[in-house]
Amino acid sequence: MTDIAAQRNGNTASYNIRAALRRYWPAIAVIAFAIMLPWLFYDWSKGRHSGFVVSLISQMGLMTIFALSFNMQMGQSGLLSFGHAVFLGLGGYVTIHALNAVGDGLFWLPMELMPLVGGISGLTFATFFGYMATKQTGTAYAMITLGFGELVSAAAVMFNGFFGGEGGVTANRMVKASLLGLTYGPAIEVYYLILVWTVISAVLMLLLTQVPLGRMANACRDNSERAQFVGYDPRMVRFYQCAISGFFAGIAGALYAIDYEIVTYDAVGAVLSANVLLMTFIGGVGVFWGPIVGAVLITLLQSWMSLISNAWLIYVAFLFVVMVIYAPGGIAGLIMAHLPIWRAGRLAALTMPYLRIGPPVLVGIVGFVGLVELTYSASIGRGQGKVLTLFNHAIDTGSVLPWVAPAMLLVCGAAVAASQRPAFVAAWAAVSDEARAKEPGR
Amino acid sequence: MELLLVTLLNGLVYGMLLFMLASGLTLIFSMMGVLNFAHASVYMIGAYLAYQLSRTIGFWPALVIAPVLCGAIGAAIEMYGLRKAHHNGHIAELLFTVGIALLIEKAVQMIWGLAPVPYRVPAALDFTLFSMYGTNFPAYRGFMLLISLLMFLAIWLLLTRTRIGLIIQASLTHPDMVSALGHNVPRVYTTVFAGGSALAGLAGVIGGNYLVTEPAMAFTMGPIVFVVVVFGGLGSLVGCLIASILMGLVQSFAVVFEVSPADLLAHLGITVTSTTPLAEVLTVPLPRISALLPYLLLVLILIFKPRGLMGTRDT
Repeated sequence: MTDIAAQRNGNTASYNIRAALRRYWPAIAVIAFAIMLPWLFYDWSKGRHSGFVVSLISQMGLMTIFALSFNMQMGQSGLLSFGHAVFLGLGGYVTIHALNAVGDGLFWLPMELMPLVGGISGLTFATFFGYMATKQTGTAYAMITLGFGELVSAAAVMFNGFFGGEGGVTANRMVKASLLGLTYGPAIEVYYLILVWTVISAVLMLLLTQVPLGRMANACRDNSERAQFVGYDPRMVRFYQCAISGFFAGIAGALYAIDYEIVTYDAVGAVLSANVLLMTFIGGVGVFWGPIVGAVLITLLQSWMSLISNAWLIYVAFLFVVMVIYAPGGIAGLIMAHLPIWRAGRLAALTMPYLRIGPPVLVGIVGFVGLVELTYSASIGRGQGKVLTLFNHAIDTGSVLPWVAPAMLLVCGAAVAASQRPAFVAAWAAVSDEARAKEPGR
Repeated sequence: MELLLVTLLNGLVYGMLLFMLASGLTLIFSMMGVLNFAHASVYMIGAYLAYQLSRTIGFWPALVIAPVLCGAIGAAIEMYGLRKAHHNGHIAELLFTVGIALLIEKAVQMIWGLAPVPYRVPAALDFTLFSMYGTNFPAYRGFMLLISLLMFLAIWLLLTRTRIGLIIQASLTHPDMVSALGHNVPRVYTTVFAGGSALAGLAGVIGGNYLVTEPAMAFTMGPIVFVVVVFGGLGSLVGCLIASILMGLVQSFAVVFEVSPADLLAHLGITVTSTTPLAEVLTVPLPRISALLPYLLLVLILIFKPRGLMGTRDT
């Protein structure tokens, strides 16, 4: 009897592992790739890591935590926050003071657990702010968080004792306190610390979407009154979500402090709050992994595109505006919309519609980029003494032709794309409906 | 006494400038439920356009043309953007205006550069109107006051004495009923959006040379206008006017009074030294935290009195 039970348990256990593998193989693949990534850019001849790549992927890791924690409020609870950086920044400030204290020998705390310091301080501040802010929802909540964000960032410049004024607070992360005997001097060690905490935080946040609290957060987002009738207090649900998201933002802040060894008022500022909003929305608020895509993509754009173009923020802002109107589900939403079509094997039916609308859109984008770059080089670029070059030809922004060509591209591309749009939308809807009808469970 | 009077006048000028921005925003927010983040950006566009126009055709034509252009920009934003975002809910509309505000800020930086532009008071108005206890009151401030009073009168007449005004007033409180009565509510929305943007542009034209015309001006002005709108209350222009003037006075008076919480405590017989807990917080003088006051007000009002001064419903 017991043998059979044990055998059955064993069977279900192996079945569970297999089911989990089948379900989460993309996540496992991503983690494996993230572990290997620094070694793909390893300079074997000199025997050292690429500093640019390691710092870039470290930033991606902590931004992933930050964007996921933001989405706990925005996507899952329907709370738009304009001051989420407050929790990251305050977590970072506390961590940097803790680092200094450990360095001075005031107390002992291993580096591996240092993110908990940031997390707990983030949780404390989010409990305080969230208790007041979650009285409201929607626009009013957004305004309160805007106010909090501005208050804290102004206080960060004003009070030197804790925030260090305009110079910020610096620390040395080599505090000789580690469970694994690491120094955390080399950036690669910090990267793996960030990676481990990113995975832990992401798994915890994923689990949180599946427990009753996460489910009730969705319910309160969709219909607060009905959630109330079921017997939950929507305000308390919002409050818990806000507090817990503050915890994870604080972890991101601690990793920020460890990675950069300096925390300034930028870390609590409106720019970072707006950045995380852009990341999360462009990535996709409706799907759990959407913010991860957004964080990785925007961080990449920030580091790589800012080297190429001064105007990269214009492109990001433009992408954001277009997405708000045409693709409110973000990149993840677009991918999820194609998934049933792919499963039904009908992706080929979309080839023609995409071929008809793709080229004019691309032409329009080229025209837009051309105009933006021209304007930029005519004003700020000229001030900096830079010359705009295309295929090694210097372009004279004073003459007319360079302006007419991209303007024509933009107008023609937009006009053709607009004329193709109804047909595209109709074709897409037909294929999508057909694929959905084939989905099991329908 | 002299300080009091001069500060009072300055506060009034600033308050009326705020009202010019906030009146349009209040109408838009009350009717459409959208907090328009791009409103202050249109104010910035107004200032930059006025700078550009006044260099070629002079200040007076710019005073008319720039607001009209801003109204056209507002109408375009509403018709080709906001209306499409509307299908995705209020948060999407809010995000759309945030995106537009970001785009406008970057576009302005791109066209006119990062540094402030030399947009100056026109020579015809660059003289002293009167002197008071040795302090000069520039004629331009008087001109600003005049323009804003005229604008207030025009809005008030438009809203109370004309048919479109009545429909707008009705749409403020009962948009569904107005629509049911057969009025084209989307067109009313576009009209109000264009009108509000034109007012914001006008505020930019006359505020740009009074303050500073720079790419950050939208971001510094925006939250203050939000505070005024929330403070005044949804659906009330009078509340908006009172809130604007109060905010102008608070901002002006906070800058001139050099007091700190420590001074108040000194009256109670408690002296604050550097060893007192929270000494840094207690010794901050009022002018330094004057920039913080609007945000503090915003948070407090929304938490404790979301209806505002004279609002008809919660924010």
